[in-house]
Amino acid sequence: MKIPLTWLSKHVALPAKISNEAIAEAFVKVGFEVESVIVQGADLTGPVKVGKVVSIEELSDHKKPIRFVGLDLGEGKTRFVICGARNFKVNDLVVVALPGSVLPGNFKISARETYGKLSNGMICSGKELGISDDSAGILVLPSGKIGTNALDLLEVNDVIFDISVNPDRGYAMSVRGLARELAGSLNLKFSDPAHISYVKKFDAIKSTKGVPVKIEDKDGADLIYLRTIDLVNARKKTPLWMQRRIEKCGMRSISLAVDITNYVMLELGQPLHAFDADVIHGSIRVSSGEKFKRIITLDKVDRKISPTDLLITDDSNAQAIAGTMGGLNSEVSDSTKRIALEAAHFNSMKIAKNSRNHQLSSEASRRIERGTDPALAAIASARATALLIELADAKLISTAIAGSAKKIESVKISTQQIEAKLGVKYSNKQIKDALIAIGAKVIIAANSFKVTPPSWRPDLLTVSDLCEEIARLNGYALIPSRLSIGKAGAKLTQMQQRKRNMAIMLANRGFTEVINYPFTNQEMVDLLGFSGDRAKSFKILNPMSEQAPLLRTHLIPGLLSALQLNIGRGGKNLALFEVGSVFRNIGNADPVMPETNKRPSSKVITQIYESVPKQMLFVGGVMCGEKIKSGWQGAGESFVWSDAVAEAIAIIESTGNSYELVNTELAPWHPGRCAEIKVNGKAVAHAGELHPRVCAKLNLPERTCVFAVIISELPLLTESPPPKIWSFPAAVQDVALLIDSTVSADALKQSLTRGAGELLESIELFDRYDQIGAGKISLAFTLTFRASDRTLTSEEVAKYRDAAVAMAAKDHSATLRG
Amino acid sequence: MTPSDDALFTDEQIKSDEKLAIAAINAAKNLEDLKQVKIDFIGDKSPIAKANQRLGSLNPEQRAQFGKIIGAARSNLNQIFSEKNESLEREKDAHALLTERVDITLPNRQSLPGGLHPLTLLTNEISDLFLGIGYEVKEGPELESEWLNFDALNIPADHPARTMQDTFFIEPLEAKLVLRTHTSPVQIRTMLDQKPPIYVICPGKVYRADELDATHTPVFHQVEGLVIDENITMADLKGTLDYFAKSIFGGDVKTRLRPSYFPFTEPSAEVDFYFNGRWIEWGGCGMVNEKVLIACGIDPKRYSGFAFGMGLERTLMVKYGIEDMHDIVEGDIRFSQHFGTGKR
Repeated sequence: MKIPLTWLSKHVALPAKISNEAIAEAFVKVGFEVESVIVQGADLTGPVKVGKVVSIEELSDHKKPIRFVGLDLGEGKTRFVICGARNFKVNDLVVVALPGSVLPGNFKISARETYGKLSNGMICSGKELGISDDSAGILVLPSGKIGTNALDLLEVNDVIFDISVNPDRGYAMSVRGLARELAGSLNLKFSDPAHISYVKKFDAIKSTKGVPVKIEDKDGADLIYLRTIDLVNARKKTPLWMQRRIEKCGMRSISLAVDITNYVMLELGQPLHAFDADVIHGSIRVSSGEKFKRIITLDKVDRKISPTDLLITDDSNAQAIAGTMGGLNSEVSDSTKRIALEAAHFNSMKIAKNSRNHQLSSEASRRIERGTDPALAAIASARATALLIELADAKLISTAIAGSAKKIESVKISTQQIEAKLGVKYSNKQIKDALIAIGAKVIIAANSFKVTPPSWRPDLLTVSDLCEEIARLNGYALIPSRLSIGKAGAKLTQMQQRKRNMAIMLANRGFTEVINYPFTNQEMVDLLGFSGDRAKSFKILNPMSEQAPLLRTHLIPGLLSALQLNIGRGGKNLALFEVGSVFRNIGNADPVMPETNKRPSSKVITQIYESVPKQMLFVGGVMCGEKIKSGWQGAGESFVWSDAVAEAIAIIESTGNSYELVNTELAPWHPGRCAEIKVNGKAVAHAGELHPRVCAKLNLPERTCVFAVIISELPLLTESPPPKIWSFPAAVQDVALLIDSTVSADALKQSLTRGAGELLESIELFDRYDQIGAGKISLAFTLTFRASDRTLTSEEVAKYRDAAVAMAAKDHSATLRG
Repeated sequence: MTPSDDALFTDEQIKSDEKLAIAAINAAKNLEDLKQVKIDFIGDKSPIAKANQRLGSLNPEQRAQFGKIIGAARSNLNQIFSEKNESLEREKDAHALLTERVDITLPNRQSLPGGLHPLTLLTNEISDLFLGIGYEVKEGPELESEWLNFDALNIPADHPARTMQDTFFIEPLEAKLVLRTHTSPVQIRTMLDQKPPIYVICPGKVYRADELDATHTPVFHQVEGLVIDENITMADLKGTLDYFAKSIFGGDVKTRLRPSYFPFTEPSAEVDFYFNGRWIEWGGCGMVNEKVLIACGIDPKRYSGFAFGMGLERTLMVKYGIEDMHDIVEGDIRFSQHFGTGKR
């Protein structure tokens, strides 16, 4: 909320020489963020004077109508100025900037020839003076002495603090609340504008001529005041001082009766609403929306009422959306003769709902959502009544009251409890002063305090709540710094370590990490040919964009988009990877929403966990172009399908798992160039070349390669001891085998490995020959054997080799190539 | 020249032979010359070698006398020869290898530079510095139950944070699933799953319905911390934030707490740090609200705790002076490659 220093200083005994920065800091100290400090009038120098319009000559020969205005500035002769505005008449009091004055924006005023006349100054709008946003016309003053300094009259020179108020501090959206906080923060004297003497007197005025009041929806409000007032002189103008204060707080002056309700709201924090009493049928009621259909609100919008709305109605119609906005039907105008002034203590949740349902956030609703002071219903309505009496010659006819506010319970707190929470040993005085400053009543007994929170702090229910107040008013700077240390042996889990190692490994292998938004759309799902579980996505109810309403079921869509972006920016040789969760809509338990006043049972906790879909962790990569760039040493090396497979294998091998590799057909991969990698018989990775049609549709380079590994599905292995390192020499045997071309290299290797026995140290494919014909190919392997206790003889090694070949023959009808 | 027998064993003769030999060695221009010099002046057929062979014919007295002289001469010649030989070999090497000279500045075959996203690097850095003081790292699902994301954190059904303006909801609403708006549900899961003492940090991806602009992104990363133990006060919170800020931004960084409001903490605070001459808002924190402890079955009479949470994108932007969020979220690899695998 915006608040001017001149108003604040009426209620805080500020020292004369305090700086704006010190005031802002004092607010910050007690938890009020200062969004900005506006020094009004700093860029404005006079002379700017009050003038009376004595003549108006209309100049019509120009593109727009222009006025040549004669002004009495008490100078002994008439001063003439040109003016483009039309919202004034002869005898009106206006604000005139004389030649030599400088308006905000370094706008220098001088006497000048314009529209064929000599203009000897300028009549100003509120906007030109930098005091309001109103540029629709010039300022017309309700009062003022001709020739006097208008800047003083308008209280232009002021400092306005724009303060953001946290949602638990409704009371602070007022001069009263912020002045109290500032006084508390600076340890200065505070005078409460709510201390007024005539409340009881007003409350006692009862008459059958007054509008009665009822609370129908007991959950909607616990207290409402309705004061019926005769408006003897409704056309009177709002006095300048009030108008200026309202404007400085960022609101607009509308009419005297409305301005008074707004003024009191700004001053005390209690929203008030004035109804035209003559259009009210029967009683004013706090009602739910169940029986009402529509209301046209003050902003002239015809709104549908929902049954959950909270309304102010009369016997037959909705007259206001409670605490949010009044109805147009009962709007107060210049001709209103009688008003019914409402001040209620509403249920803040209900008003928040009103505001949300109707997408209508008003000055009133913003305050009530945060909670208002129930004691203020009486005080604020009395204060407004008194102002109406004073400024509009009004008369209080009757006060009707329904309901009563809940009593605030006291809280007991001890110095030990405070120290245990805050880590500070405060003196009893520090504790008491802080609590007094926020308006609480405190009774001290030894080291314990019985605290009765003030009516505007219904949030103060527990020891922790009071601790915050004590810490806040004394300053969080008093809290010392102490580092608590957790448990010995804390370390990353195996899965976390795996994730980290794997990312670093990929980065060292030339891949760059991207973190994509995990959103996609159905077109992409279809284009990539995802089916089964991979096509079962979750839909976001309120997505950022209709282009991306689905949660990803796979990393590939995001990786391909990132690839497109980098290609679009000139990238040619690219290798990207991402680590992230995927979301597949493949069944989860129904939700449970237990009470939060105790720990749910183990069964319920399990149910909650099971209502959350399983989210697998993937690592995916995409690559295109050259992995070794062509250069002066000759041609480079392009990424090919086997690179994708190699990356997937490297990831699986880094986890210590052994795997099996098979050809498969799976979209969006090339049907002849897709590897499925299985661990313990379960597919955990796919890798290979992207389907050429996908490349074409997405405008990606031909032969773009992709891999994806489900890292959360790779078993966690316990660390095994290192192998013994034997120093006896190795014996090497090469074998070349003839097989059907349908037999995979990995399958043949597995057979050889099984047949070779346990002295086989390693096996590597070193040649592949496919020019044999008859559907045959030849694969050649190097087998390395080593024993722990002896040098192997050539006879022995030949035996193992033969056993390996025999196994290959048995499994795949392999024969030794001649 | 063949020396006469008479002159065979004169000092002068030996000296003269030695001199000739030295002159010949020095005169050698290359290794071939030197090889010939060796044959002529040092080898078995050289005058000095021959003289040495004939020592045997002398009487013992003379043999001793001339043996010494000849020995000294031969040793001297051998030494001069090997020095010359080495010098000529070096000369030859230098000459021959120079013809194999390359331009050593030519680029090698270029493979691709890789790199981790700086958010990953920052997450690792933060994890490490908290592991160092005995915290575990906890992670949880991004698609989360409303109860864990809101209710258990004292954010009731009517709370403004639970509107569509802030939170992504999943269809159908009855499934009560949201994209988590903070990593706090991981705190709740931790408190439901294990008994105090609890010292954890929860890094991860979170979601809020904000448009992408220079400072906002609908998908961002957070790290939250949670401590539940006996005798935990707000001073422990302050100390932990000091440790965190100094570790990330440098040892001379100051922090300050400002009173604030969050439903899940009481007292609550904003934490700012002073960096490059100004206070920068970093995140929210506070003492865990007793209502949250109760919902998780932790006895607030015995245990107390604190929690804090920061945005990692913001931390990254401040730490590296990054001005536009787009650079972080867009996926242009030139950005990540700058960071490599960290700590350049």
